[in-house]
Amino acid sequence: MREINTSVIAQTVEQLYIQACYHIGEDVKNLLDKARKTEESPVGKWILQQLLDNIDASHREQLPLCQDTGMAVVFIELGQDVHITGGSLTEAVNEGVRRGCRKGYLRKSVLSPLKRENTGDNTPAVLHLELTEGNRVKITVSPKGFGSENMSRLAMLKPADGIEGIKNFVLDTVVRAGANPCPPIIVGIGIGGTMEKAAFLAKKALLREAGRPNPDPDTAGLEREILHNINATGIGPQGMGGRNTALAVHIDTFPTHLAGLPVAVNIQCHAARHAQKVI
Amino acid sequence: MIKKITSPASEEQLLSLNAGDIVQLTGILLTGRDAAHKRMVEYLDHGIPLPFDLNNQGIYYTGPCPARPGRIIGSCGPTTGSRMDSYTPRLLNLGLKIMIGKGQRSPEVIQAMIRNKAVYLAAAGGAGALIARCIKKAKVLAFEDLGPEAVYRLEVENLPLIVAIDSRGNNLHELGPARYKI
Repeated sequence: MREINTSVIAQTVEQLYIQACYHIGEDVKNLLDKARKTEESPVGKWILQQLLDNIDASHREQLPLCQDTGMAVVFIELGQDVHITGGSLTEAVNEGVRRGCRKGYLRKSVLSPLKRENTGDNTPAVLHLELTEGNRVKITVSPKGFGSENMSRLAMLKPADGIEGIKNFVLDTVVRAGANPCPPIIVGIGIGGTMEKAAFLAKKALLREAGRPNPDPDTAGLEREILHNINATGIGPQGMGGRNTALAVHIDTFPTHLAGLPVAVNIQCHAARHAQKVI
Repeated sequence: MIKKITSPASEEQLLSLNAGDIVQLTGILLTGRDAAHKRMVEYLDHGIPLPFDLNNQGIYYTGPCPARPGRIIGSCGPTTGSRMDSYTPRLLNLGLKIMIGKGQRSPEVIQAMIRNKAVYLAAAGGAGALIARCIKKAKVLAFEDLGPEAVYRLEVENLPLIVAIDSRGNNLHELGPARYKI
């Protein structure tokens, strides 16, 4: 059995958290650039140019892309042939977040929900742990800002609502969100499972390379249709009108119960940040 | 065409702004977001004077990242304005003239803006690094215990903004999407 020390986990989380906050993926950058070229609204075009200039400024000035460096959402796929040594895995993840926040000059945004007392180091992370085959550990850090997280919704639709019901719910969610989640957005949709499974699927769908379709042709067709409908709303960049409201729609599905049709919509702003490493 | 404005602004300047104008703002801004707004209104409820004057001032809804050593400020983009809606009319009645944030505002806020001849300007959400470049000075003015939510006094130069809601209540978040809806 392969042994991995918690210090390696903490070190990796620290590095990935900083990397995600400072470097946007080429996938998102390319979609923003394409949006800028196709945008018809002059104000929309100006905003998209600002967002591209911001990526440049972030590199040059060593500043995080966005001041909302989020709550750290950490996905770990842990190979079942790995033995974690040297203490608690959860604490190692939190230590990585703590150090990443300090060394990366990231914002401390995490607080107790009722008393609203800041924890002082942006911990704890939200940790999603999955057991997989093999002896590898895949760590993904996805800092989630709350301008977009706040606009996310979940519905337990009826089977009779069907695909039309899903399309209507997603569109209604995006329209209600309007300017708040910093469009152009990426929309993660989880369909099926149970309540929490649908929410998890929606969150995980956001980790996909931006714009890459679901491998299932029917699901990919639904992604295209929903993207088209969202961009027909005219909400546009920053909700000021235009053709580019969403850059991509990602759907993931899971079998569900015959009595239900859970649908979760997780909204992601254009700063779709995540960084990944396999140990 | 880009309009240049200052903060504090003259009434004439504020009245000349129209929803959809692109502007560059130079001057003094205070920062304040959720917790600072809550506290300001608690002070007002208890008859305690605010530790700063809001008359003719501008508030930027932001919670910056910490500055690296030797730097003025960290990333510093706008946060969602609607979370301040329930507090805002009272601050407008104290003479607040400029609000900077992102996203839609409530009808109550827009009515109070019209009454008080105030404007709501939008910064590009998520452009925190670009905006930090325009900040020439920053110091904590009040509520330091609130950490990233403390009230800062900022000196800004040519801060790029769009007039989202002007002093007559014209609202780009309504007008813009209506124009491009298919």
